[in-house]
Amino acid sequence: MSASTIPAPRTAYTRSKSSRSQFELFAWLFMRISGILLVVLIFGHLFVNLWVGDGVNAIDFGFVAGKWASPFWQIWDLLMLWLAMLHGTNGLRTIIQDYTEKKGTSVALQVVLYTASAIVIVLGTLVIFTFEPCPAGADPALLASFCTAG
Amino acid sequence: MTANPEATTAEPASKVAIPEHLGGGAGDIPSFECTFQIARFLPEQDSEPHFEEYKVTMYGTDRVLDALHKIKWEIDGSLSFRRSCAHGVCGSDAVRINGRNRLACKTLLKDLDTDKPIVVEAIKGLPLEKDLIVDMEPFFQSYREIMPFLITSGPEPTRERLQSAEDRERFDDTTKCILCAACTSSCPVFWTDGQYFGPAAIVNAHRFIFDSRDDGGDLRLDVLNDKEGVWRCRTTFNCTEACPRGIQVTQAITEVRQAILQRAF
Repeated sequence: MSASTIPAPRTAYTRSKSSRSQFELFAWLFMRISGILLVVLIFGHLFVNLWVGDGVNAIDFGFVAGKWASPFWQIWDLLMLWLAMLHGTNGLRTIIQDYTEKKGTSVALQVVLYTASAIVIVLGTLVIFTFEPCPAGADPALLASFCTAG
Repeated sequence: MTANPEATTAEPASKVAIPEHLGGGAGDIPSFECTFQIARFLPEQDSEPHFEEYKVTMYGTDRVLDALHKIKWEIDGSLSFRRSCAHGVCGSDAVRINGRNRLACKTLLKDLDTDKPIVVEAIKGLPLEKDLIVDMEPFFQSYREIMPFLITSGPEPTRERLQSAEDRERFDDTTKCILCAACTSSCPVFWTDGQYFGPAAIVNAHRFIFDSRDDGGDLRLDVLNDKEGVWRCRTTFNCTEACPRGIQVTQAITEVRQAILQRAF
């Protein structure tokens, strides 16, 4: 019965103090704006990668290296990474807040969430800006074919 | 009508004169057997609510409240529920009927599937006191916090505060609230920890925020611009679906949200 799925609270709630912060306002606004931007960025990304030219067949190590040689695509991918990660992290934050009943569970899950997001954002940003397809002095056997071609 | 003798002798809980061409002769209201599963909870004995089944003969013009009355008056006098006006105005008898929050006095049995048991429970998310009665205090606490009264500045006028029909129309929908808590106790965000202000408090804030005679809009927007305020609404529309007065609750919440955004930028 539905009685067991939504247990009745036994005690009246003590209302938490008002935070007097604008954080939730900006978080709400960010979700809407980043959502709209992500639609453009992601469909642009899919169009260029999967449709233009040889389409999906053209994607390889060299294709990615070529894209990230241009500052335009560096910024495009950087925006996509940051917006998608923050959008997703904020979404999961609200889900954690909506579904956890114990304060401890909520804090623990949020620590895991923020750590994971921070690692992905930092690592992703690092890769976009420091990507070096043909590092100098590397073993030629390990390099992509186009590094030795020229 | 060839009803069983029990049905013809029992007085219908409500009687409406149905014209001959619609429902047969005078007093010949169709009757049917109904099974009710009602959540019972006695705080001195039970740790959890349990369901008890009651079989009653009801009439085509009866409401769920009439069935509750019949059970209380004729079968089990210990059944407890709140009701006052019994006509959808006082907002005392909001209960969960077949999983949906409804006023027992506005839900007609003929609109429910009487072949299956009709499940009646207390509304969710508020502390259960007995059977179908919950403690409404957390609900009224958040209602009081949004200051549901006229706040004005400047000297008091010598005559009444006039308002144009257009200005009155702006908040007409949210004046209909009867504080039955059907919306707030249908909100999954409220179920989690009861910290969310809840749709009813926001609806009543809306009623004053958009009133041209009121000057306390900023105070109320400050109260609702909170992590437990309008930003906690997930627009699931449970409240709009539950409202017995047909208030567009989710729309009211969104309008308050827009007012906060417009003030911030």
